[in-house]
Amino acid sequence: MSAGDRQPATEADVLIRHDPEDIRCAERELLDAVNKAHYSEASSFAIRLALEEALYNAFRHGHRNLPEEPVRLNWRVRPDEVRITVEDRGPGFNPDAVPDPTDAERLELPHGRGVMLMRAYMAEVHYNDRGNRVTLVYRKPDAAEQ
Amino acid sequence: MAQSDARLRVKKEAGVTHVEFVDRNILDEANIQQIGEEISGLIDAEPAPKLVISFSNVDHLSSAALGALITIHNKMKARQGQLRLANIDPQIYEVFVITKLNRLFEIHETTDRAVQSFR
Repeated sequence: MSAGDRQPATEADVLIRHDPEDIRCAERELLDAVNKAHYSEASSFAIRLALEEALYNAFRHGHRNLPEEPVRLNWRVRPDEVRITVEDRGPGFNPDAVPDPTDAERLELPHGRGVMLMRAYMAEVHYNDRGNRVTLVYRKPDAAEQ
Repeated sequence: MAQSDARLRVKKEAGVTHVEFVDRNILDEANIQQIGEEISGLIDAEPAPKLVISFSNVDHLSSAALGALITIHNKMKARQGQLRLANIDPQIYEVFVITKLNRLFEIHETTDRAVQSFR
């Protein structure tokens, strides 16, 4: 099989540096697998957004004091489900303590929407007890729903 | 080098500053920071600015990009300026609806309608 014929992976476990090219490359690999598994454009948009939010939180907040540390990204694409785990090496946080960014008094604050967007677009969003690892689950909608 | 290139296309017409993004994906942190700085410079350039930001080239964004837009909104408000967003793809508009930012920003279907809305 030539390189051009290579099938996209259906799962991966990689370490990503806080580098735009590293992040883009990891994102591209996952989205290639998502497209190959015949997810819709809307699904791809949702998965990409949630992945970006998880990585942004990991690097921006989890690794605020660990700029050189990589983040671990694990994903698995199945015909009906995509499961993504992003784990940083920071102290973690309590996602339930994040205030609702849609409250009128918080609407003009320029931060605090990442967790909300992940929850809006994913079927499931789970954090470990420490709050440094998030698992995102996306389920392919029935064809009629797309 | 791409990093040092302008991330916006800007034109001024009849007292209105029109801004378009060069990138289809305004997720990248470095790009977002640069976009914020470039628009900030445009706001500072005149009193009570009128600004239309067109999303016609944009097919993706993130909460960090929304944060940059809110910072722009707040700066415009402080300068008694008027900000309008236009040409937002339905998928991206949904992000504004989920976050209720469609209530904060004045969003129009086209740049023409956005321009007509200025007081």
